[in-house]
Amino acid sequence: MKISDFGRKSTIIFNFSFLIFHLGFMGKIELQNITYVYGKGAPYEIKALDDVSLTFEEGKIIGLIGHTGSGKSTLVQLLNGLIKPDSGRVLLDGKDIWAEPKKIRDVRFKVGLVMQYPEYQLFDETVWKDISFGPKNMGMSEDEIKKAVVEAASFAGLKEKHLFKSPFDLSGGQKRRAALAGVMAMGPSVLVLDEPAAGLDPGARRKILGRIKDYQRQSGTTVIIVSHSMEDMAMYCDSVVVMNHGKVTMTGTPAEVFSRSDELISQGLDVPAITKVARALRNEGVDIGLDIYTVNFAAHRLLGEEEDK
Amino acid sequence: MKADIAFGQYCEGNSFLHRLDPRWKIIFALMYIVALFLAKNIFAFGLVALSIVLLWALSGIRAGILVKGLRPLLFIIAFTAIINIFWLKGETPLLPENWFFQIYLEGIINAVLIVLRVMVLVTGTSILLTYTTTPIALTDGIEQLLAPLAKIKIPVHEFSMMMTIALRFIPTLIEETDKIMSAQKARGSDFSTGSLTRRAKALIPILVPLFISAFRRAEDLATAMECRCYTGGAGRTRMNILHSTWRDAVMLLILCVFVAGIVLLNIFAPGYRFTM
Repeated sequence: MKISDFGRKSTIIFNFSFLIFHLGFMGKIELQNITYVYGKGAPYEIKALDDVSLTFEEGKIIGLIGHTGSGKSTLVQLLNGLIKPDSGRVLLDGKDIWAEPKKIRDVRFKVGLVMQYPEYQLFDETVWKDISFGPKNMGMSEDEIKKAVVEAASFAGLKEKHLFKSPFDLSGGQKRRAALAGVMAMGPSVLVLDEPAAGLDPGARRKILGRIKDYQRQSGTTVIIVSHSMEDMAMYCDSVVVMNHGKVTMTGTPAEVFSRSDELISQGLDVPAITKVARALRNEGVDIGLDIYTVNFAAHRLLGEEEDK
Repeated sequence: MKADIAFGQYCEGNSFLHRLDPRWKIIFALMYIVALFLAKNIFAFGLVALSIVLLWALSGIRAGILVKGLRPLLFIIAFTAIINIFWLKGETPLLPENWFFQIYLEGIINAVLIVLRVMVLVTGTSILLTYTTTPIALTDGIEQLLAPLAKIKIPVHEFSMMMTIALRFIPTLIEETDKIMSAQKARGSDFSTGSLTRRAKALIPILVPLFISAFRRAEDLATAMECRCYTGGAGRTRMNILHSTWRDAVMLLILCVFVAGIVLLNIFAPGYRFTM
């Protein structure tokens, strides 16, 4: 495909092509009594997940928080069948993903996983080819692949000129977004991202998370984000799941979870800076509530109170 | 993938063997190998079998680990045993004359002895070297033993530094491979089905990122070493200076007795002579 005709066609394709995906898939993932043990039987046996039951509601952005070693990454790998639970079931739209172990590849197409530092998995000559790797493995036709790549690239915020470059000539943030596009192009009904913004500068960080949010809104995909950054979680997530020592300790909206800051801190986690400000204000006699987690929200409350007086 | 490699792994410990000087250990291992190949009759092999038990006792390593270390060699061991049983001609046939093949008692004894030798060779040298010596101590030992070669312009220090670095990065690269494989599997890579060429092609998405990350790491490491003013071996002092102790003397004595014992048994003990 030449660059020139790519430019003409792409604008038309962008607008409605995402409608062809996600038909028939809802993207609801349930975990039922999942246990996963590393090094089973060995003296260094570690229980990474201990009887975890959890439902990820469809069509939402769900944040997964927990300090290092809490079992987040293990959980993420269970969702698309990279590892098999020792006991318990993973249900995708009500069906056990391990019911037919030979068809686990199909599950991986429905549950797209973007691992930590995904830019290290880029390998092909051009960004275009790299993004089309997943769709090709799915057995899409040439036309479908073209559509999928163009759409995913636009969602990931990659410009046309980037697509025909070698992925190794891109900047760090662009590489990350190219890798993200590689998973988006498979049109998954659930998109799982492990630390999508780790190691990026604030600008690239906002850009990639913003892109993910837009993608979620337009495609209706369920998005699960693992992150350490409480600010990011507060900004982008509809609900938050907190994990500690292989168990789920809290679930709820960001407001609900961040208002329990003492518990979060005791689990080796943090709360958004603005939540700390709200606490400090309360200690000084200005109570604007502890369920504050974004700056806008705090400003609103503060101004609102002043107006009341 | 990670925990499967027992052969060649270091086992934490503080036994007699763990505390030997690595330089001596390398010499001991060489002596041990020579002694194994000197053994010619059943009595000498009895002593060999005894020696492995002694080494095991001195190392304090769990027997399970030693057995696990032999597992990758199972095929070679079985293969040599079968070859020896069927090919060796001796004086005492075990099967009726008119069969289309024949097995001799000597062949079976030979097979047993050669299997014993291979197993003791691998286990013994592993106990002496890899199981009880950290890779770093081992390369240190090799470097110092080969130090005289630097006089004839062989870059001994550089070789040993390369070896140390290579050893250091094996676990890192295994971990990296695991990660990249998972990432590509998540994009639908399939490594286990299809024709040979398809499977070979499926490796490209793993090898390319792996090489790139290995080069990146190498570059980072080079920069880090330069930042700490690394300029090579000349004039470099060591943090851990190796010392020979009474333990090395004792071990040397034991091995000398062992070698002498095998030579004497070879000459004076009666019985079947091993042919390989």
